[in-house]
Amino acid sequence: MLSRKRFWFAIVAIVPTLLIFGWVRMFPIVETLRLSFFQWNLLSKNKPFVGLENFIELFQDDQFLTALTNTAIIAFGAMAVTIPASMVLAAVIYHRTKSRFAGFYETAVFIPHVVSLVPAAMAWKWIFDAKLGPLNAVIVALGGEAQPWLFDPVLSLICIILLVSWQTLGYAVLIYLVGFRNLPKTVYEAAKLDGASGIQSFIFMSVPLLKPITLYVSVVTLISGFNVYAQAYVLASDTQGAPGRLVRVLVMDMLENSFQNFRVGYAAAEAVVLLVIVLFLTAIQFSLLRQKGGR
Amino acid sequence: MPSNTRRRRVNALIDIGLMAICILLLMPLLLLIANGFKTPEEMLTWPPTLLPREPTLDNFHKVFTETLLLRWIFNSLAFAILSTIAIVATSALAGYIIGKFPFRTVNVIFVLFLATAIIPFEVYMIPLYFQVKALGALNSIGGLLIGYLVMSFGIFLIRQNVITSIPDELLEAARIDGAGEFWIFRYIALPLLKGPLAALAVLAFFQAWTTFAWPIIVMTRKTSFTIEVGLANFQSAYTVELSLLSAASAAVMVPSVLAFVLLRRHFVEGIAASGMKE
Repeated sequence: MLSRKRFWFAIVAIVPTLLIFGWVRMFPIVETLRLSFFQWNLLSKNKPFVGLENFIELFQDDQFLTALTNTAIIAFGAMAVTIPASMVLAAVIYHRTKSRFAGFYETAVFIPHVVSLVPAAMAWKWIFDAKLGPLNAVIVALGGEAQPWLFDPVLSLICIILLVSWQTLGYAVLIYLVGFRNLPKTVYEAAKLDGASGIQSFIFMSVPLLKPITLYVSVVTLISGFNVYAQAYVLASDTQGAPGRLVRVLVMDMLENSFQNFRVGYAAAEAVVLLVIVLFLTAIQFSLLRQKGGR
Repeated sequence: MPSNTRRRRVNALIDIGLMAICILLLMPLLLLIANGFKTPEEMLTWPPTLLPREPTLDNFHKVFTETLLLRWIFNSLAFAILSTIAIVATSALAGYIIGKFPFRTVNVIFVLFLATAIIPFEVYMIPLYFQVKALGALNSIGGLLIGYLVMSFGIFLIRQNVITSIPDELLEAARIDGAGEFWIFRYIALPLLKGPLAALAVLAFFQAWTTFAWPIIVMTRKTSFTIEVGLANFQSAYTVELSLLSAASAAVMVPSVLAFVLLRRHFVEGIAASGMKE
């Protein structure tokens, strides 16, 4: 009797959230999957079922393939910069936990992560500016040659990677700091007694002990890298301000197909590709974690 | 002891290095703020100046009077506050139920929430756009809000805290005293969840405040832009006047950074919890 009452309370209390969830999450997710098998040109009334045609066309579409390649380069590039940099930075900040500047370090490293994307990208756009930017000013002052940072396809990819890494760094450092605080202290004391230096214990103990965290941060960085959009929108748009064709990224290509070319089914297929990438990355993370636990 | 002075010296060097890295990381933002005070002419000088030579407030005056900046800030604030309220409310209720009422139906629902947690918003935002459109809610805060009513991570976070910090005995004792289930939730559970709820609120607010892809498709009218979309479009309209753009960006960025510094503890708590969910 009593547990029956509790059961009904639970159901009544959870139903609103469940309904909202179904309406704004489950339904559009299923709808994305469904639409990817249809040809739906916003302008026409009928939506013929086309099977896998959208996907077949996607993998012959140069714009999509460019977008996919660029996005993958940005995601993996940002991960390659973020992981080692954040690990070392977190180790050093952790080492100086007792310093009176510890709070400042944590805040300063984290601020780029909370600043809105657009203002942050604006700041970097000026730094990279070929004619007026301080980056070229520094390079020229050091005797180098000014580079057309945002006008060259390869250089602008590097710029986006830098911007994305600068933003993810704070998040990664924070997660690593939590990791460092949870490491068993006794192991380090033992290593110290055996004469290990700080750098040695970092390389031979912290790095392997923090592997699960590295795995987690890598996957999070990769997934957010695959969703890059605002950064490319601001940095790599041409002088007229039209959304850039210089560095086409996945989300940009998807929105363009949907809202400028009115090919919604085709755009949904792109979203499904993005989903598959994300699921694949997550599956790798889980299987690596499990492997580790099994040993 | 010599080894002690040596260590102190090494630590001092590390502090200097860390200080330098922190300043380097903040440099782009500091430069942006400095640019906001420069005259348009100074922005075009080579080599670029670090600090404004003749600081002026003209840019700030101009962006607040001649553009819709205030309107955009209002839109973003309204959206972020409403989204925070919705996410905190749904997460608190659902997290509490999932954590303390282990019925099979409830567990199935939990797995459902869990399964969609890793799917990025960008994957399903196009169908969601058509749902908003069907409601006639494009270009309205309500329509924008539809994308940000719930947060899977918020439900996990609260569930986790319900399990670890609300003892069953406490709830049982209240039940024996004749308290109703909703009274228990409101007057026993909620006060115990203050910390995680505050952390979640800060996370939810910043998430909504900084979102870009969703408002850019839903809010297409100039008066309904959020601040992010407004600034991005501003960019195309005022490409030459970098000083104006910088002033607008700085005016938006500084308060949000200050808010973060004040709320840092909650924020860090929330983010740290997100890393621990494995």
